[in-house]
Amino acid sequence: MGRYLTTLKVFWIASLTAELEYQANFLIELVATAGNLVGSIFVLSLFYGRGQSLGGWSWEGALVVLGVYTLLEGITSTLLQPNLSTIVAHVRTGSLDFVLLKPIDSQFWLSARTFSPWGLPGIALGAGLIGYAAWKAGATPAPLTLLGAALMLVASLMILYSLWFVLAASSIWFVKIWNATEVLRSVLVAGRFPVSAFPAGLRAFFTFIVPVAFLTTVPAEAILGRASGPWLLAGGAVAIASVVASRWFWNFALRFYTSASS
Amino acid sequence: MRGGLRQRLGHARRIAAVLLSSQYAYMLEYRAEIVLWALSGVLPFIMLGLWSAVDAGGGLGMSSLQLARYFLSAFVVRQFTIVWVMYTFEEDNLNGRLSPYLLQPLPLVWRYVAAHLSEQATRLPFVAMLVGLFFLLYPAAFWWPSLPSVLLAVLATLAAFALRFLMQFTLTMVCFWSEKASALERLLYLPYLYLSGLVAPLALYPVGVRAFAFWTPFPYMVDVPARILAGETVPVLQSFAAMAAWAALLLPINLLLWRRGLSHYSAMGA
Repeated sequence: MGRYLTTLKVFWIASLTAELEYQANFLIELVATAGNLVGSIFVLSLFYGRGQSLGGWSWEGALVVLGVYTLLEGITSTLLQPNLSTIVAHVRTGSLDFVLLKPIDSQFWLSARTFSPWGLPGIALGAGLIGYAAWKAGATPAPLTLLGAALMLVASLMILYSLWFVLAASSIWFVKIWNATEVLRSVLVAGRFPVSAFPAGLRAFFTFIVPVAFLTTVPAEAILGRASGPWLLAGGAVAIASVVASRWFWNFALRFYTSASS
Repeated sequence: MRGGLRQRLGHARRIAAVLLSSQYAYMLEYRAEIVLWALSGVLPFIMLGLWSAVDAGGGLGMSSLQLARYFLSAFVVRQFTIVWVMYTFEEDNLNGRLSPYLLQPLPLVWRYVAAHLSEQATRLPFVAMLVGLFFLLYPAAFWWPSLPSVLLAVLATLAAFALRFLMQFTLTMVCFWSEKASALERLLYLPYLYLSGLVAPLALYPVGVRAFAFWTPFPYMVDVPARILAGETVPVLQSFAAMAAWAALLLPINLLLWRRGLSHYSAMGA
């Protein structure tokens, strides 16, 4: 474990140094993230401005959902996207050979090799929005609420990671799979809104097929202190199952890996 | 050149035919990838889900059928106005592929225009399938647009594509000076996303925001062609005039930056 932590530190300092060569990008990223957040709040206000509500959620509650979404997007562009997007290139050029030969777990190496600071504005803005909206909604920071919220956020991260990793690992068979992550990204946009705001068919799709509900709605419920036991349990179970599945899938995929352009 | 206009036109037609057919063959090779790109345009359907659930209470000023037709049209229009020239150009520039292209006796921009048009042709059957699937799931929303409105919508979509291409290609010129210029496209995409009508018909925007939006070029890129296709009344002449005005404003800037950029160009990278 200690060895992994030391490695992680070396990895991230190295990639941070490389990325800081492009400092103007930080400003662009900050403006883009803030602008996107303003746009999303505007879209929400289109619904709430007419006195309607989204699936029975209050305005502040919907803002918490949006905050969780923004936070997840920040983490996606900090860790998931920069790391997992390289699997395709490794498979195509055959450099995955070198990754597999390293004396460290290959899934860990592929998932944590780089760290891109450009998602940090998203993480900060998301966390800020969650805090503000939860306070406005009158949520109390009781220890039990905090614990539930933390657990559900971790669970949602585990699910998000597994979705990305499984798609990216499919590139062992289909070299051109990278666009599939764009499809995933575009479907996850639904996570900006509480899942109960969708018609029944879409709600089922976003709960059971692409578990968007567990990514943003369930953590938001937990943050607002109204998570029910069954949902908490379900969230935890889905999270553990998906990480185990991603692990199994990677070992399964590796059996089909036959070096360059397999 | 001897032989005058007719010969030159014939020459241009041959070049266009060769460019388009070779790019189409190239795009067909990547059809699986293009299908995935097409699928990643599902945003109008997600928004349709939200708006129709809200509309159950009534009082939007748009019937649920109108909503469904609008968002389906917006999806189709978006599919044929997607522009990615900045990313390709940046890659060509960084990898040094730009130099051989520039040596050819053909303005570089036509290569990218042909690539975009061929990609749209590759998308066409798949988009038609998705539209068919939509009507299968939601047969009540089916409608036959009248022939004039189809022709007008095709024209408006082409104009929207041309305007968006011109806009992005103008920004692309920054690639001559910076290595990571495509980050700027993220900034340009923001007003496009929220003002074009992809997330909601502009008719549902507050009056002030809508009036502001129509002073920008963005509503003409999705909202206007989509409403024409959905069979709603649109001030057609005024819209085409606005698109022409924006193009007339952008074209000189584009040409100027292109000349400046070329003289700054040093064979590889920025």
